[in-house]
Amino acid sequence: MNDILEFFNQNLQMIYIVILMIFVGVEIIGHVPAVLHTPLMSGANAIHGVVIIGAILVMLHMEPSNKLGMAIGFLAVILGTLNVVGGFVVTDRMLDMFKTKK
Amino acid sequence: METFLLNLAYLVASVGFIIGLKMLGSPKTARKGNLIAAFGMTLAILATIFIYPHTAQIKVPGFVYALIFTAIAIGTIIGWGIAVKVEMTKMPELVSFFNGMGGATAALIGLLEFHHNVGNPGKMFMVIAGMVIGSISFAGSMIAWAKLSGKMRKPVRLPSYNILNTLMAILIIALGAYIIYTGVANPAYIYALFALSLLYGVLFVLPIGGADMPVVISLLNSFTGLAAAFGGFLYDNMAMLTGGILVGSAGTILTIAMTKAMNRSLTSVIFGAFGEGSNAAAGSGTKIQGNVKEAGPSDAAILLNYANKVIIVPGYGLAVAQAQHVLHELEELLSKKGIDVKYAIHPVAGRMPGHMNVLLAEANVDYDKLVDMDDINNEFKNTDVVLVVGANDVVNPAAKNDPSSPIYGMPILNVEDAKNIIVNKRSMKPGYAGIENELFYNPKTSMLFGDAKSALTKVVQELKGM
Repeated sequence: MNDILEFFNQNLQMIYIVILMIFVGVEIIGHVPAVLHTPLMSGANAIHGVVIIGAILVMLHMEPSNKLGMAIGFLAVILGTLNVVGGFVVTDRMLDMFKTKK
Repeated sequence: METFLLNLAYLVASVGFIIGLKMLGSPKTARKGNLIAAFGMTLAILATIFIYPHTAQIKVPGFVYALIFTAIAIGTIIGWGIAVKVEMTKMPELVSFFNGMGGATAALIGLLEFHHNVGNPGKMFMVIAGMVIGSISFAGSMIAWAKLSGKMRKPVRLPSYNILNTLMAILIIALGAYIIYTGVANPAYIYALFALSLLYGVLFVLPIGGADMPVVISLLNSFTGLAAAFGGFLYDNMAMLTGGILVGSAGTILTIAMTKAMNRSLTSVIFGAFGEGSNAAAGSGTKIQGNVKEAGPSDAAILLNYANKVIIVPGYGLAVAQAQHVLHELEELLSKKGIDVKYAIHPVAGRMPGHMNVLLAEANVDYDKLVDMDDINNEFKNTDVVLVVGANDVVNPAAKNDPSSPIYGMPILNVEDAKNIIVNKRSMKPGYAGIENELFYNPKTSMLFGDAKSALTKVVQELKGM
């Protein structure tokens, strides 16, 4: 129990950010026309690729002798990049089609 | 100074995500919004690679940098290649695939971070939560991808799968809590948890029918966002935290918006009332009485030629046949003859909300000609000919008339109000929801059988000769 209380106190700012961001997310999406649901989902999909930062941090901190760890981290960075690059490029491609109309 | 630069980069990235996502919500600014979010992401990644090691005062050997750059290069080449090549009809499964990659990244981070955080319950909670959610998202997305790309068509249901899944979820939570509270250092526990989470992701999506996949993908999308946010907590990383939470909450709202468009609740999607209902309907054999009237391309062309007002209802069949270009040609031809032509877009036409708009935009169809369901539903009664191309469930009157139908209550296009209806379909086979459509037996309906592309091409040729 004490652990939880301490965690709450130590991370209060983070908790505030989380709550505020939840509202920001809800507000942003609230009034979007159905037409844009697919590109929006795709764009949001690319944004959560930010998890790649975690993969990079893991690799930067890893002991160089940890071969298995390096291999897993390497794979994680590849997959994270796939998420980011693929996500943004495919969203751009979709939106490009909306633009090329006469 | 370096700490300032790093924090600034993360701050700019977070603002970029928010502004980018906001701009994605309007057709005019959407493309720029995507680029802004991408810019924020690039900045955050570069800052992590180049500035972070200085602020954390860690010595990173050169080969680690080489590995990171190689990994990013490989990911970029593959990701870019897939994203540029894939056909627009395959968009939903592609989003699912990329989503799965993000989930896998979160899962792998969890595996690697496990032993660093033994004995620290707060951090261990973040590690475990991120890994479990990431694994579920990865496994679930892969199943959704397989289903949408047609590799796995039928929902697979183990006996009493709802109870089984609930038990598995409880087991995962219990095992996670055990690891966090006891602080066990044996990696076998985390691998067991990893395996269980993957299995849960598979079992979670397997019973859900293909028609509900967009909802599932959207849900898993917000899951991955959540997993990224837990990573943000773990590393005290603001870019990860804000980006993750933003996607988590926006994704949840998007999921709810999608279920609303289909008049379904999230619980019925997950616990699978849909598929069971349709199986029951098929089994009880509620046969529709009546005759089906068949029309050839010339009949269809004549009907269209003498109409004043035509509404086209495109469905996924159009996309599968890659017929959007010839449909656009048909529409232009009719417009030139002075016929008023519009497209009626059902919110879930295609495989995802907005999917049909993307496909038609690809074929250069004028944005103004695409009309949303609510705006066009009153126009059908003044319409001479409705041309339904490869759509089925979204024009099924059973959604309004038959309370026993599994799609009862789903808003549909009031196609049957029009004076004439031409339905282009490959065969009489039921649509994605697996139910019969009485519209096809309506005396006003003519069935134009055949692949949308070849059938429409023939109609266009006939029209040109008139």
